[in-house]
Amino acid sequence: MGFFTDTSVCIGCKACEVACKEWNAVPEDGLLLTGMSYDNTAGLSASTWRHVAFIEQSAVVPRPAADTWADPADGDGDLRWLMSSDVCKHCTEAACLDVCPTGALMRTEFGTVVVQDDICNGCGYCVSACPFGVIGRRETDGGAHKCTLCYDRLGDGLEPACAKACPTDSIQFGPLDELREVAQQRVAEVQDSGRPEARLYGADPADGIGGAGAFFLLLDRPEVYGLPPDPVVTTRDLPRMWRHAGIAAVGLAAAAVAACRGGRA
Amino acid sequence: MPAAGRRGGEKGDKQVVPPAELTSYYGLPVVKETVWGPAIPSYLFLGGLAGASSVLAAGAQLSGYLELARAAKAGAAGAISLSMAALVDDLGRPARFVNMLRVFKVTSPMSVGTWVLSGYTPLALAAAASALTGNLPRAGLAATLGAGVLGPAVASYTAVLLGDTATPGWHEAHRELPYLFTGSAATAAGGLGLVAVPPRAAAPAARLAVLGAAAELTAERLIDRRIGPAAAAYRTGRAGALLRAGQVLAVAGAAAGAGAALLGRPSRAAAVLAGAALLAGSAVTRFGVFEAGRASARDPKYTVEPQRERLREAVSPAAGAPGSSGT
Repeated sequence: MGFFTDTSVCIGCKACEVACKEWNAVPEDGLLLTGMSYDNTAGLSASTWRHVAFIEQSAVVPRPAADTWADPADGDGDLRWLMSSDVCKHCTEAACLDVCPTGALMRTEFGTVVVQDDICNGCGYCVSACPFGVIGRRETDGGAHKCTLCYDRLGDGLEPACAKACPTDSIQFGPLDELREVAQQRVAEVQDSGRPEARLYGADPADGIGGAGAFFLLLDRPEVYGLPPDPVVTTRDLPRMWRHAGIAAVGLAAAAVAACRGGRA
Repeated sequence: MPAAGRRGGEKGDKQVVPPAELTSYYGLPVVKETVWGPAIPSYLFLGGLAGASSVLAAGAQLSGYLELARAAKAGAAGAISLSMAALVDDLGRPARFVNMLRVFKVTSPMSVGTWVLSGYTPLALAAAASALTGNLPRAGLAATLGAGVLGPAVASYTAVLLGDTATPGWHEAHRELPYLFTGSAATAAGGLGLVAVPPRAAAPAARLAVLGAAAELTAERLIDRRIGPAAAAYRTGRAGALLRAGQVLAVAGAAAGAGAALLGRPSRAAAVLAGAALLAGSAVTRFGVFEAGRASARDPKYTVEPQRERLREAVSPAAGAPGSSGT
């Protein structure tokens, strides 16, 4: 199970952020005005599990012919406002889960990735391992926290709080294969309506993370939204790392042997 | 307040990647900077010092440098004890340190390291206890050899610990870091030997320091040349300054150590100074690598640029299908 977040219909209402906070009792994460458009959350963290990004682009964007919402007086738009609700990607090949030394991070029966708070010892390794900068360590309790895809609600047959609260169905929840089909149709539709820049992000099971459990329809390059353009799970290179570490270890032993030869001075 | 449009990079950071094509979300980082504090680079140094000292101790024991062996064992035991304290202290929930022992995962270098340390630490402590008290010499020899076998693993796995992250400066250097770390560990152990015993008894320590410094400098050169844009994080800012200081200390320490212990008239004062320089150089180098990783995580260009480049390379020969996932 997972999310398809269609950012082309996101209206930036932040109902997802609020619903997530409320349902999961996630603590306050700083009350600031960042000056970054309407985004005062700044990013995902231990205490922010849904984050709505606001991007104001001043490039001239031709109005799509089929855009019925356009005000004719505007002519061609000189401001484009992108909004996107970001969330943990619940990677099929999840680096956080791979590197967790306690087994606190686990794969659930829904295919999602969840931190078991009673096991996490706050080592912080997952924080550095995540290629999306999603998971964080909370100052107040020392533990790592992130989106659970509302594990408790799924168990009761409910959809996650953010998807439930989303008024435009920008956040859709369901089985991944069904969502991918919906997403393929939707991206073709958006492209045909005059936005050829529309693309899916994280929908391909052959990508560097084995496909995301939460994928997106974006209207610009991923990095514009603060997403990595081609994330690869760090553990893909782990066999090579262990091999080099082994050679280096043997080298150290050989150096010590060489240094001790030559008998007593 | 995280200022709008903040461009990453530290003061004095030279723009190596052309900014023309780089876009980011208000200049904010893509990946998270490590939450590890100074305890972790301290551990990288102390763990390396301990591991390499145990190898040196075993070698010195077997080749008859008993005074050096005793000092190296004591140094290893002290360094690994401080390491364990640093590691536990850096946890968000230190009381749950033992949760590390409920699983063994090869996919987690931290898990592997925990088990290596669990085997190594008692041996290193036993070897030192036997050497310093003179009790149980046979058990002491066995512990010395055991610690000597595990020592290289203690010194090298920490490179995988850093490499196996999404931190660009660490991950991109995952091939070179093991050699940098074992080299740095060897210079530290050599330095400790030069400080602790008279120069005539410290010849293996001086030789190990020379070999270690050579490996360290070679690995740093390779990082500079091979890892792409992330190399800038090793060259610039605080990390660059620390690494340059580490190189100077390693070269000066190794040369002075060799001069004092291997060539000409032995000089105790010169050997102690050389050893101190080697120890300081190793510590400074570990903090430099740690800082390079932090700086590379803070600036989105280090995450975005290499990935963009990879996509460009993947698309150009086979002309990827537009509109499908990916780019």
